Parts: sequence; C-alpha cells; structure tokens
Amino acid sequence: MQEKTLKETQEDIIEEFSLFDDWMSKYEYIIELGKHLPIVDAQHKTEEFKIKGCQSQVWLTAELKDGKLLYKADSDAVITKGIIALLIRVFSGHSPEEIINSDLGFIDKIGMHEHLSPNRSNGLTSMINYMKNYAKIYAGQSVQ
Amino acid sequence: MNNEENLESDRNDIRTMNFDVNEIRNLFPILSLRVHDKPLVYLDSAATTQKPFSVIRALEKYYEQQNSNVHRAIYTLGEEATAAFEDSREAARKFLNAEKTSETIFVKGTTDGVNLVASTFGESVVNKGDNVIVTQMEHHSNMVPWQMLCKRKNAEIKYIPVDEKGELILDGLEDMINEKTRMLSLVHVSNTLGTINPVKKIIEIAHSRGVPVMIDAAQSVPHIKIDVQDLDCDFLTFSGHKVYGPTGIGILYGKEKLLEMMPPYQFGGEMIIEVKFSGAKFNELPYKFEAGTPNIADAVALKPALEFVEEIGYQNIYEHEGCLVSFASEMLSEIEGIRIIGNASDKAAVVSFVIDGTHPYDLGTLLDQMGIAVRTGFHCTQPLLEEVYRLPGTVRASFGVYNTIDEVNYLIDCVKRARNMLL
Repeated sequence: MQEKTLKETQEDIIEEFSLFDDWMSKYEYIIELGKHLPIVDAQHKTEEFKIKGCQSQVWLTAELKDGKLLYKADSDAVITKGIIALLIRVFSGHSPEEIINSDLGFIDKIGMHEHLSPNRSNGLTSMINYMKNYAKIYAGQSVQ
Repeated sequence: MNNEENLESDRNDIRTMNFDVNEIRNLFPILSLRVHDKPLVYLDSAATTQKPFSVIRALEKYYEQQNSNVHRAIYTLGEEATAAFEDSREAARKFLNAEKTSETIFVKGTTDGVNLVASTFGESVVNKGDNVIVTQMEHHSNMVPWQMLCKRKNAEIKYIPVDEKGELILDGLEDMINEKTRMLSLVHVSNTLGTINPVKKIIEIAHSRGVPVMIDAAQSVPHIKIDVQDLDCDFLTFSGHKVYGPTGIGILYGKEKLLEMMPPYQFGGEMIIEVKFSGAKFNELPYKFEAGTPNIADAVALKPALEFVEEIGYQNIYEHEGCLVSFASEMLSEIEGIRIIGNASDKAAVVSFVIDGTHPYDLGTLLDQMGIAVRTGFHCTQPLLEEVYRLPGTVRASFGVYNTIDEVNYLIDCVKRARNMLL
C-alpha cells in the first residue's frame, strides 16, 4: 500500500475533526489519542529527551529506520499527549527532508487554532521545533 | 441600599455585608466578556485583578488632560501632572499608614521592590559568611533576588520550613536567627497556598534579635488592611495590579532611617540634586530611588484603585472572599480524588488543588473551554510545590471582591465535568 503523504495525513485529520461539532467532542478525541500515544521507553524519560517550554513534562525520541523517521513521545498531561500524538501521526514514517520542508496547515483547519496556538503554554511551538530538529540532525543539518 | 439602612447596619453589626456584589461587578467592564461563547468566570485575581472604571478613567484622563513630565516643570500642565503624581503617593502613604511620604517609593511592582532592597540595603549589609532568611513558600520574586545576593556575597540563604497544612513552622526560627543573620524577608500571604502568615509575630521575633524584616505584601494588600507602623516592618512592597490598579506600578515602603543609609538603586535623571563632571549628589527621599521619568500615568491611576478598596472596606472584602473560599473548599473537597493544597487555619482568597490521575494543565485547559480562567502550574513557587509537596503544579482558583457564589458553583460543576472527561 502506498504510504500517505504528510499532506494526505493532514487532510485525514481535518476530515475527522470536521465530524465534531463542539469543543468537548474534539477534546474527548484528543484525550483518546493521548491515551494511545506511542510511549517513550522508560530509560529515555530523562532531562536529555525533555522538551523545554511546556507546562507539563514532555519527552520525545526519534529513530531513523529505512530512511524514515519514527517518533515516540510521552507526557504527564493527557491533552499534551493527544496533541503530540497528532503531530507524530503527521510526521512519523516520513523522510527527514519531507519533515523539514513540511507545512502544518492542519492546526488552523481543525478548528483548534485558538486552543493550539503557539501563544499558549502547551508548548506546541516547542514540540514542532524539537520534531523538526530531529529531522535536521538526521539529515545532517545544523540545529539552532 | 439606602444610606440610613447602611448606617443602621454599620451601627448594629459591623460584620454585615455592606455591598451588593452585582453592583461591584458593574464597575468592571471586562467581567461582562464572553470566552468560548460562555460568560467569563475570572478566578485568577491572585495573578492580576481586573480594573474598575475609576482606574480606567484615571488612565484616560491622565493622557487626555494631564500628560507632561513631572517635577521641575514651570508650566501649568506640568504642575498638574506633578500634583496628581504626588497626590497618588500621598494616597499610598495613607493607605499603608506610613509615617512619612518620603518613605513611599514608586516602583514597578513587588519584584522591583524586592530587587531594589536586595541590591541596595542587602548589598550594603550582607557580607561573606552572613545569612539571609526567607521562607519555603516565597514567590520566586522574593526568593531569587536573595539567592543571587547571597551567591554574590558568599553568604547563606536559609528557609523557614512549611508544614503539611501550608503553615510556617516557626518553632525553629529563634535558632535559625543568629548573629550572622542580616535580613529576614517573607511573604505575608502565599499566592499558592493562601496561607496568611503571622508576620507581626515574626517581625517581633526578628527585631528582638536585631534583624530587619521585609514583607512581600503583593497578595495581602488586596485582602487585608496593612498598617506598616503597627506591623513595624522595615520594608514592605506591593504591586498595584493585584489591588485593582494598573500594571507596572507598585509601592515600596521603607523606614526613613534605613532608606537614608541605603545607596541609590539606579542612577540618572530625577534621582540627582546636582551633577558635575567630577561626580553627582543624590536627591532626597523618595526621589533618590526613582531614577528616570517615572511611570506617571499608572502611578496616578493607582490612587482610585486604593480608594476603591477603602470604599468597600477591608472587613467587607474579607467576609465576602472568606465565604467564597470556604464554600469553594468545602464543595471541592467532595469531589473524588481531589486534594486541596494549603489548608492553613488562616487563609486568604486562594484555593489550590490537584485531582489524582489528572495533570493541572489538563484541568486548566478544559476549564478554559468552559469560560473559567484559573491558573495552573507552579505559580512562581516551584521549590515549594516540587520540593516540599512533590507536585507537578496545582490548579489555582483565586478570588476578588467581584466573584460570586454562583461562579463558585459553576467552577465546581465544571471541575467535575473535566474530571469525568480526563479519567
């Protein structure tokens, strides 16, 4: 089966969210996603793998397999887990170059922008930066 | 309420609630906002209070009719701005019952007040091998400046411990104070736990050993009458924005004899009396500590904020907010898995809590969806929550004079709803 592109996965997410007509269902879905997040191995739950800039603790790891990046994450807050689960669904399984050059338009389009805006202390911006930084490292680029 | 009735109730029972909370709410334009299409329920007054019309109008009036630089102006407008600015200082002096206007310094806020004292008084009196005492429940603003001072001076910082209930353990204080103790600085009301500390008693103990005391009154000024002469504190500081006034302005009170001996904090305009190429002579108090053009507009608008509090009366505020806190604590306690953090016998308008199996961030996020503004996290008391209570933060509901029992009821319903979604 042909792997979905980053753009196609985002379109799937937009479609799924369009089925919900209120914030509660959207959050219930995010909480559900959070509960099924690929969990970071216990030995990686250290300062080294912690994302700075989130009110909750978030750990993120990535490995390159057959040219594709696979992410794992965990958090002590379930909504944060749900948010990062969405990001992992979009990014995981793609090449570092695709991830570096991707545009995450879905956040604006799932009607969650006011909830998932970079100004909030949910660390969305940090999460995206850390995920892209892993891609840059694996692509041999420098990281700010 | 008619005036006769009002007087009558004053005479008969000073504890009678003398105000209508709905009338008070009408003075705060922001409280009629809607958030996520629900009425705003603002329960974050410990972070900053909302502003009444009188404060907003004073800011407008200043920029529309009074704006010009203070002091030294020879024209009418400048004199008017100076008069309004100094008038506000006098209002703050009266508000704190300071003896002299020269003891009332305009600062940016509590953080600025503490930094000023740590960098001037602290810098002068703390030397290698000395120690400074604070408490485990300090806000970072009354902890980090002292930590940094002690680090610079190779001095020790000591912490008065906090017990399970959230009260200071004062048994060891006498022993903690020694001949090397140069300063004791503590918070009057904890922003995280709500604990009202027995500052008068602590000041007495410290003074009996010759140690000066600074009070962080950021969280007490909105709820408790402060009388600096009665407390006999050496320094006290608060922020205007936590007492219904503007951001960016606060007051530092200091005893004149201490302020006189302290070096200036910053250097430049306003704080000098004479400058030559060879050096400068500094201005008298309070101007010695007010370098540069001050925050005139916000200073002027602080006065109506203090008047707002005085008009309602601290007894009324204390009673009304006391009802809200007791009711909220009681109702929250009935929710399964909830723990209220901070159960001091004397508490101000703060209720901090956690729910087993949920993260404060998750609860706060869902409460926001329901129109409720609460704060989540460490509340700038990270060592207290992480190292004493071993918590990743709390959800904190804090009250102002404009909050209602209906809002508390709504909070309880929403906390239950959020809990069900998360667990």
